[in-house]
Amino acid sequence: MTTLTDPSKESFRLSQLVYDTRYRSITIQVVALIGFMAIFAWLISNTVANLQALGKDFNFGFLTVRAGYDINQSLIEYSSNSTHLRAAIVGLLNTLLVAVLGCILATIVGVIAGVLRLSKNWLTARLMGFYVESFRNIPVLLWIIAFFAVLTEATPAPNAFRGDDSAASMWLNETIAVTNRGTYVPMPVWHDGSVAVVLVFLASLVGIWAFGRYSKKRQEATGEILPNGWIKLGIFVLPTLAAYFLMGRPVGLDYPSLQGFNFQGGLHLRNSLIALWLALSFYTGAFIAENVRAGILAVSHGQTEAAYALGIRPSRTMRLVILPQALRVIIPPLISQYLNLTKNSSLAIAVGYMDLRSTLGGITLNQTGRELECMMLMMLIYLIVSLLISSAMNVYNKTVKLKER
Amino acid sequence: MSDLHAQTVAYVRDTMLPEAEPPLTERGAIKWLRENLLSGWVNAILTVVSLYLIYWVLAHIGPWFVNSIWVADSLDECRQIRDAVNNGEPSACFAVITERWQQLLYGFYPSHLYWRPNLAFVLLFVALAPILFDNLPRKLMWFSLLYPFIAFWLVWGGSIWMPVSVLAGLMIAIAAFGIMARFSSLIGVIAAFAAPVIWWLFLAAPVADAVHSLIPIGIETANSKQIGGFMISVIIGLAGIVLSLPIGVVLALGRQSDLFIVKTICIGFIEFIRGVPLITLLFTASLLLNYFLPPGTNFDIVLRVIIMVTLFASAYMAETIRGGLAALPKGQYEAADSLGLDYWKAQRLIIMPQALKISIPGIVNTFIGLFKDTTLVIFIGIFDMLGLTNSIRASTDWNGVYWELFIFVALVFWICCFSMSQYSQWLERKLQTEHR
Repeated sequence: MTTLTDPSKESFRLSQLVYDTRYRSITIQVVALIGFMAIFAWLISNTVANLQALGKDFNFGFLTVRAGYDINQSLIEYSSNSTHLRAAIVGLLNTLLVAVLGCILATIVGVIAGVLRLSKNWLTARLMGFYVESFRNIPVLLWIIAFFAVLTEATPAPNAFRGDDSAASMWLNETIAVTNRGTYVPMPVWHDGSVAVVLVFLASLVGIWAFGRYSKKRQEATGEILPNGWIKLGIFVLPTLAAYFLMGRPVGLDYPSLQGFNFQGGLHLRNSLIALWLALSFYTGAFIAENVRAGILAVSHGQTEAAYALGIRPSRTMRLVILPQALRVIIPPLISQYLNLTKNSSLAIAVGYMDLRSTLGGITLNQTGRELECMMLMMLIYLIVSLLISSAMNVYNKTVKLKER
Repeated sequence: MSDLHAQTVAYVRDTMLPEAEPPLTERGAIKWLRENLLSGWVNAILTVVSLYLIYWVLAHIGPWFVNSIWVADSLDECRQIRDAVNNGEPSACFAVITERWQQLLYGFYPSHLYWRPNLAFVLLFVALAPILFDNLPRKLMWFSLLYPFIAFWLVWGGSIWMPVSVLAGLMIAIAAFGIMARFSSLIGVIAAFAAPVIWWLFLAAPVADAVHSLIPIGIETANSKQIGGFMISVIIGLAGIVLSLPIGVVLALGRQSDLFIVKTICIGFIEFIRGVPLITLLFTASLLLNYFLPPGTNFDIVLRVIIMVTLFASAYMAETIRGGLAALPKGQYEAADSLGLDYWKAQRLIIMPQALKISIPGIVNTFIGLFKDTTLVIFIGIFDMLGLTNSIRASTDWNGVYWELFIFVALVFWICCFSMSQYSQWLERKLQTEHR
């Protein structure tokens, strides 16, 4: 806001604070700041008065006290003798676990559904349309509860697997057992020498990256293109397989088996985790499918035709012309879907999955009676996670943004 | 030239051949099948997989649906009917819906008062019509403005003077703006905010009581504990969206403004709300709101939830409206400036009408999200439809009924959300053609 009047010679009058556009913005800001601080001070003074009336104080000391409750799924070592802080960390890790698993599956489901919805196949396109519309228009909480009900009500009890002509049978050649107490899958067992295999695997990943750089440089220098896909696949598979057999097959699988009243061995995935994971993935997948579809439709057909006119092959057209432009449209909403999925994972409460809200905001809160501290800490953690995800989005946006005037 | 041509061509047909039908594979159903289901082997595989999937689902739940039992008093009776009539084949027991649908829709609301929420629901569409479709007479807008008060009175009942006195606050706001805007539009805006707040906080309740003791007009009261089911979702969703709209506008303007402090406060608020899950805000409403308010304050849980949901929705609304503001060509701002309009006049007359119009589809989408999120209120002890499925299952009659209830709830939500999203798409198409 620039004014073309000469700077006034006369002395400063108070009314200028309101009527003079040079000062008015400062006045508004000062008033806003005072108002904001007044409301804040009012809230804090109320809180202090209320805490005093209840005889409570405000400190986070309870975090170092023994928690005294068990958590049925923990990625790090935890027992009821651990502190509340450790319980909160276990909860946070469980939240992140289901969020990461969910984001991966949701992306896969969403991309497949989004692409298939654009397919020329009438039936498949309709089917995917049905999937997207039914998942998008029904609350995620209902999906979580329904998936959980399927897993607990419609699956056989471990008892049904007993005997030769049992009512239920394990899947995939007797390796996966789906029961109403959870799903049991084979668990990898690491014997001596498995470290070497893992190291070789990591080294082959580095190798793929290095080869990619070399091949790009070579292409820029000579114009020749190597069969990149096959060579990369070879580097990915062969060294690790060779190391696996050379070290005498150090990585084995521990299969679940029915012993006593329940399955023993293998990895026990609880129904709560699976229900939450599947429901969040399919729900978010429906939204991602729409984003993917919009992204592909946003690239005009002229781009494909132009690429063909230049003699670029269809696969390479997709990779070099269509995808980079479609991704620019797809990625920002995709990441905000990841954000939604992470936030929706707090609905774990509906199926009893021990996430951050159930540990810190649930049992810890109820046991210690420190609502204020627990809720503030929990909100802060969720906020940090969200801000990390959205700052990743902003960084990406900056790199792919079209540069305009 | 033509002579030459005539000499070189020995025979030219001079009659038209009758039109022949295209080959059998190029017309009708076969052509459609070839093009849409079987073009290339990828498509053929997709078709087979899709057909198998549909067959699998239908084979599993088809008989269950076909054998549905609609009249029974309990799950046991359902099972007896199933064994007697359907030879023990799996059959759905939708009798639970025929018996309990009123509870799913109204919660524990007294059944002789069902006409009140029904009337409010019908009037809702009258109130919405002039907002949703712009070819209706504009005078209906006045009814839309009055509607929230009518609906509140119909659902909660009680003295009519309570909603009237709250409504009077709006009149006071308009009057204050009218008087003070003569001095400056900024002062007018401040007065329009301050005067009704003072009225609502200190004067509205005593005045309503006083008038009620003089002229008692009222209907039977229903308390918030009785309100539930689909009704509570509609109430919370609608209240959230209506109240969050003005706050969202203010936040969006604040976020776009050049004033650093105002901008920072707005960004901080929006990012905080958008960064935490709604469920933590709802727990704040049920656990913490008592800490933040003056000692001894205690008010209705539904009102508390509406406040939190409003804050939540207003952050999302602000982002939607910001999108609308950003989509507006810069020339509109510059044109308003060049006409010499001040900030508020420019916003009111030039910017907002256009920006809001652009963002209506986004607002509808926000509303769909909010409406679905109202199911979360079961975690703080309000019985919406999902919560009521639990309490229906808790009765001995219907212990063990899952799918029928879920299907009913899902269907109700699906119909609401799908029709809203269809409306928003229709609107998007309509707005698009207008801009081209």
